[in-house]
Amino acid sequence: MRQVRDVAVVAFAQTRHTGHDTGASEPELILPVLEEVRAQTGLRRFDFTCSGSCDYLAGAPFSFVSALDALGAWPPISESHVEMDAAWALYEAWVRLQHGDADTALVYGFGKSSMGDLRAIMTLQLDPYYLAPLGLDQLSYAALQASALGASRDELDRIVRRSRTAGRENPYALDLPADEDGGFLVEPLKAHDVAPVTDGAAAVVLAAGDRAGELATRPAFIRGIAHRIEPHYLGMRDLARSASAADAARAAGVGKGPVEVAELHAQFSHEEIILREALELPADTVVNPSGGPLAANPVMATGLIRIGEAARRILDGSASRTVAHAAGGPCLQHNLVAVLEA
Amino acid sequence: MTSEPLVADHVLEFPGGYTRSTGPVIGRFLTELRDGRVVGVKTAGGRVLVPPLEYDPATGEPVTGEWVEVGPAGTVTAWAWVHEPRKEHPLDRPFAWALIRMDGADTALVHAVDAGNPKAMRPGLRVRPRWKTDREGGITDIACFVPEVTMIVSPTRAEYRIRASASLTRFLEGIRDGVFRGGRCAACDKVYVPIRVSCPECGNVIGEEVELPGTGTVTTFAINNLPDPRAPEVPFISAYILLDGADIPMIALVGGVPAHEVRQGMRVRAEWAPAEERTPSMSSVKWFTPTGEPDVEL
Amino acid sequence: MGNRCAVIGVGQTKYTTKRQDVSIAGLVREAALRALEDAGLTFADIDAVVVGKAPDLFEGVMMPEAYLADALGAAGKPMMRVHTAGSVGGSTALVGASLIQGGVHDRVLVVAFEKQSESNATWALSTHLPFNASLVVGAGGYFAPHIREYIRRSGAPAHIGTLVAVKDRLNALKNPYAHLKIHGISREMVESTPMLWEPIRYLETCPSSDGACAMVLASEQAVTGTPAWVHGTAMRSEPIFRAGRDTVNPQAGKDCAADVYGQAGIADPRRDIDVAEVYVPFSWYEPMWLENLGFAAEGEGWKLTESGATALDGDIPWNASGGVLSSNPIGASGLIRFAEAALQVRGMAGEHQVDGARRALGHAYGGGAQFFAMWIVGSEKP
Repeated sequence: MRQVRDVAVVAFAQTRHTGHDTGASEPELILPVLEEVRAQTGLRRFDFTCSGSCDYLAGAPFSFVSALDALGAWPPISESHVEMDAAWALYEAWVRLQHGDADTALVYGFGKSSMGDLRAIMTLQLDPYYLAPLGLDQLSYAALQASALGASRDELDRIVRRSRTAGRENPYALDLPADEDGGFLVEPLKAHDVAPVTDGAAAVVLAAGDRAGELATRPAFIRGIAHRIEPHYLGMRDLARSASAADAARAAGVGKGPVEVAELHAQFSHEEIILREALELPADTVVNPSGGPLAANPVMATGLIRIGEAARRILDGSASRTVAHAAGGPCLQHNLVAVLEA
Repeated sequence: MTSEPLVADHVLEFPGGYTRSTGPVIGRFLTELRDGRVVGVKTAGGRVLVPPLEYDPATGEPVTGEWVEVGPAGTVTAWAWVHEPRKEHPLDRPFAWALIRMDGADTALVHAVDAGNPKAMRPGLRVRPRWKTDREGGITDIACFVPEVTMIVSPTRAEYRIRASASLTRFLEGIRDGVFRGGRCAACDKVYVPIRVSCPECGNVIGEEVELPGTGTVTTFAINNLPDPRAPEVPFISAYILLDGADIPMIALVGGVPAHEVRQGMRVRAEWAPAEERTPSMSSVKWFTPTGEPDVEL
Repeated sequence: MGNRCAVIGVGQTKYTTKRQDVSIAGLVREAALRALEDAGLTFADIDAVVVGKAPDLFEGVMMPEAYLADALGAAGKPMMRVHTAGSVGGSTALVGASLIQGGVHDRVLVVAFEKQSESNATWALSTHLPFNASLVVGAGGYFAPHIREYIRRSGAPAHIGTLVAVKDRLNALKNPYAHLKIHGISREMVESTPMLWEPIRYLETCPSSDGACAMVLASEQAVTGTPAWVHGTAMRSEPIFRAGRDTVNPQAGKDCAADVYGQAGIADPRRDIDVAEVYVPFSWYEPMWLENLGFAAEGEGWKLTESGATALDGDIPWNASGGVLSSNPIGASGLIRFAEAALQVRGMAGEHQVDGARRALGHAYGGGAQFFAMWIVGSEKP
């Protein structure tokens, strides 16, 4: 990467996620987190705005249109939307801030997986000729990956227990029992290996150059950010590894320094093992102190929350170098890695 | 004197069927068919005959001994559609007879194409044999030809459980009770209907609820000539109706007036369904109908 | 604005009602490979891929960029998926350009597509959630009242929409990729077609098309072939339910145009722009956007149309390609506008080339006329 303009996360807010539909519409979910990042920064207008959401999750086309009405987008704003996790909306905003003529950006994402059957909905993302017609569901293909990895049950259980325990300490995550001995859903995965159904939203404010220091006392500077996709077909890649996550981590410069905290977008317990290896995280790195997606998974905002949580450790002074990861596509097909520094 | 003509059925059928020797060329072809392959033979001039003959039909010269596998796909060069198949036909449902040039062949063979309907047939259609399971060495070892797969039907269904938001619930419950509920943005001093949580202009939370009368003005409209399940008939009017006291129009049906008499600026009022039939849904407002007041200047 | 960015390759498929001879990947690849060929490049030369399309319900494939990654040579690269309603094609180009302008990449492939024949556009756009408070009946039903209001405000005579419907279809006859090729198109023919959503007639609406469009964008040091230089880019969005919103002449469109003109140094668009590819899905949107984009004063746009100024031989040709009225694979329609603008200033528009075009506007809009994306491209380096 060439000369990069300093861009930092200066504010982050998320809903107190729920495991059920509270009756709040998507715009109503976003409203409080927008208010919170406005309050944190004192800004009401941003030079650029970008969001991430998914029509199939919302059950209707153009789910992002009504969300715009929650923003107070008047006078009209410079705005875009990705049909991806909002972590990629943050990436688009980061790119936009590199131009030099925009200094602040608002990024948000939202999702209510309580409305539908996520396992079935995610099938619709598969190749429509060879995979989707099989009815291959999200948990099943994740289980194929877990099987290819050959992770031990003990290790998976440890990851779940640690994540859920951390989640109970996190006021925004769900309260899930640390120990839950269920049977296999799709062997080798059990119910507790799977991220819970979650409704929620999150917002991040980015600021470039001098604005970062003006808007936060300890901005979380994005020292590197990169993403990579890999082949779609499960049989055409090594499921036990994530080459794209490893590439993204190298491009983002994860290994250039210590990593105190890593927030990983692991929606299944075994994904954490694959990601730790791909990102070459040191043994002393604290993984998912927020509880991670296994404690709260508001789909389409989950990746953005990883960046927000990693940034929060810098903003609040508890860490000086953290890593965030976001994923998309079946079996970690698409991975984004960001390195945040004080 | 007349009598009924004398009529009787008569069948000429050699018991058990004729026994035909195939000769080397046809025999080879049918043997290959039994194995699930289609082969042709080359003429001295280099043409590949399918089905193969012992001679070049153009010259009468013997064919060479060179065999080539063709297909399995072929191209339809001409066809005829059988609307009413006869019992001898290879298929018991409407189908096409077709001339099919197998890939690699220079001539066409005749066979049946199970295409479903005549619209599926066209020159250049790509077809492949549908093989019989138990083959005996005959041209009907190919049960028929079928078009190549060019489309799959992909049933795609996602199920949801939708819960109306608190503000929309409040509005629709108002509709059930025969009132339009809006909200006033204190900062912009604008009244929004339906009531909503925040102001689209300034983003502030809307705190004050207001009740609006069921009367308003048509600001603009479309005359829809395409049917819609939510409208009783075609044409129907979908109109922007600015309720009195509101600052944003709602899109709703206008009825009780011929479509071409609806005007921009026309005064209308809600025509409610009878109270006992009302539910928390917009269908409780049958439509908006003219009040008869003078039009409003827009 | 950031670093300089140029369009160095354009690829389109022949737009048609049903492309039943290709898969979704095949359709998308056709446009992508043509764009690469135009640029003299291969997938290996591309740093990142940006995919745009309108709602996933059209093909029933959710976030299909995951499935399309292999088909677009994106394995091992960054890939983005943009969705901003009808303006998405334009936004896709802008997101791609942004990657170059931000100095992140040297060569970006942008692709947008829609294969509407896999389902039915009206169905895909009219799936209403339960508990609706509003009666919206398809795109035509939504936009017809705003057109009626435009006619009332401007006093435009009824035949203006017809003129646009004829003009764009005449242009389409010169575009090998255009979907509708209506030989003998005339005012009488348009006026003989039924009103679907009065005041919109059948032949005043866009078709439903299958198709894909792709562009290769490059930084200054990575330019190959004939570049169209990006002189300005802008997007604007406004809330659909704002009280007092002007739906005929939306503020977001005016602001977006002012922004992009400012970057490109355009003071008078009618004089300074040589050709415009503007998103006109219903014929009346030409006079409406002529005003919104500052080519005519408010209430005067229809006079420009009536005078023939926007025809291929007029002083400011609009939609020389035949426009959205002639080809409409929804998710790609915006990108086609941007790509056709680039073709014009590269002098590569073929039979519908506007002689000497040096600066062109590409425009797209979506939602309830609330999302706008625009760019200005020029034959000279900015």
